[in-house]
Amino acid sequence: MPGTGFGVARFLIRRVALGLFVMWFATIIVFALSRAAGDPRYLFVSEYSTKEQWEEWGVRFGLDRPYPMQYLIWLGKAVRGNFGESIYFNDEPKKIIGGRWLATFQLAIAAYIFAIILGVPLGAWSAITRGTGLDLLARSIALVGQAMPGFWLGIMLILLFSVILGLLPTSGSGTWKHFVLPAVTLGWFPAAGILRLVRSSMLDTLDSEYIKFARAKGVTSRKIIWKHAFRNALIVPMTYAGILLAAFITGAVVTETVFLWPGLGRLSVQAVFNTDFPMLSALVMLFTATFLVVNLVIDMLYVVIDPRIRIQ
Amino acid sequence: MTAQAEAGTPVRIPPGVRVAAGKTFYVLRRWPVLPIIILGAVTVGAIFAPLLSPHDPLLGKLIDEREPPAWHAEGSTRFLLGTDPLGRDILSRIIYGAQVSLKLAGAVLAVGTIVGTILGLISGWYGGLIDEFLMRLAELNFAVPFVLVALASAVVFGPSFGLMVILLSIYSWAGFARQIRAETLRLKSTDYVALARVAGASVPRTLFRHILPGVINTVVVLMTLNLGQLILAEAGLSFLGVGIPGPTPAWGSMVADGRDYISQNYWIALLPGLAIFFVVYAMNFMGDWLRDRWDPRLRQL
Repeated sequence: MPGTGFGVARFLIRRVALGLFVMWFATIIVFALSRAAGDPRYLFVSEYSTKEQWEEWGVRFGLDRPYPMQYLIWLGKAVRGNFGESIYFNDEPKKIIGGRWLATFQLAIAAYIFAIILGVPLGAWSAITRGTGLDLLARSIALVGQAMPGFWLGIMLILLFSVILGLLPTSGSGTWKHFVLPAVTLGWFPAAGILRLVRSSMLDTLDSEYIKFARAKGVTSRKIIWKHAFRNALIVPMTYAGILLAAFITGAVVTETVFLWPGLGRLSVQAVFNTDFPMLSALVMLFTATFLVVNLVIDMLYVVIDPRIRIQ
Repeated sequence: MTAQAEAGTPVRIPPGVRVAAGKTFYVLRRWPVLPIIILGAVTVGAIFAPLLSPHDPLLGKLIDEREPPAWHAEGSTRFLLGTDPLGRDILSRIIYGAQVSLKLAGAVLAVGTIVGTILGLISGWYGGLIDEFLMRLAELNFAVPFVLVALASAVVFGPSFGLMVILLSIYSWAGFARQIRAETLRLKSTDYVALARVAGASVPRTLFRHILPGVINTVVVLMTLNLGQLILAEAGLSFLGVGIPGPTPAWGSMVADGRDYISQNYWIALLPGLAIFFVVYAMNFMGDWLRDRWDPRLRQL
């Protein structure tokens, strides 16, 4: 098709520009919050500090200049990945994050696998057996999953599997056993969402003209369901993965707090309570950037998988 | 019997009991009976909290700490649902917690709905730069991790009821704006709106007299679907210790109170969590039900 390449380039440029706008807006929020927290010098001051030191810090942090200038100086450093020194760890946020991101990434992957394994088959099953008791059961599971607060689910899982049954550890990380409860806690809400989406998209697909045509042609039910309908129904939860990521970031903060998981979620909660703004700024920017990049990749994959999008 | 019956023979349904059961199922399927009961009970509990709660929700005696609920062998009917680590009655705190949750959700919905709907109408009607700007602003809500911004704001400004209303309103307006924008775009090109414009109706009049009634169903459905999410978000922030400040009973912070006692005194964390679960479940169910009846186009949500 002529012009297709041009369209993709325009799409990419637009998306990257919008992404940069979002990042820029996030820097304003972060900077405003860190300044609203009060004079950062109070975090260093002790009974041995002198007035000269106070003034010197003011010059060093650029506090003697007006806020817009301070923001620009801060932004200039932030763009290069320099958010200052973490107040709590006395180290660069980059290094601390480098040591922790893997734990969160592993947890997210485990939770995603759990959500897919639970959500996709149940959703498809629910659509195929529409209106029966099985469908009702699957839909109830989805409603229950979407109504349970993650932190409470985590604590209840600890109660059942660690305290009463003594099967799994309550917190920490290391072996596969440590993954089970946090992954289920984090994956439950997305699983419910995926279930509902697969069900509704499968119902739509089963109702479409080409499925009716396949049926009229005499294709077997099993082949229609698994070869034609199911594969198409899978596209919808894939686009949902973007929104899922936002839920994952929120979920990770809560889940890692409940299970004392040594990842970025717990690190952010610690940063907040220690008013460690260099750390918090770095984390907010990292999460925002991750979200934007993953969404861009998903949108591009979506175009590759579903040719109908390309026409629009 | 049936196995030997000719194809096409009508199957006879035995009279009596099955028909009655069918009717009950029909009512249960058609009307959200259970959610209505739950929401009714919570609303009544919230309104009449001072009359219904057997004890003071804020004051407890330390001598009564971690009393088990009435169904335990050691439990007594004095504290039907047991007490928390400060000796406060859990039942009374759950009842007052309903009040707090509903007040907060109501305030947030009022702000979020009004702001989101008006901005959605404007965005859809004017299009162009205003539309682009508002929709990008709505996207920010997804991209910037809300929970971290909320945590940081609570630490900077100190947790309070007012701050929670502001934060959760910021969290909820975008969903309304996006959906109402889409609806406005659809209605904008209809004949009746064009006729209203030709007849000389001003822009505000067109938006509020002609387009708003067309989108009000969507607004109500979104409000119901949002309520559960708001209560979950509030509970999550309260659990992390930055939501409704203590000693005000909030369900989320009540779960946090029981976290360290989970191995000996499970009820402290279990019961407030159940309250959250039932209320959110009922609201989600009502939302789905209303959507299917009033606005099936939203089904993809």
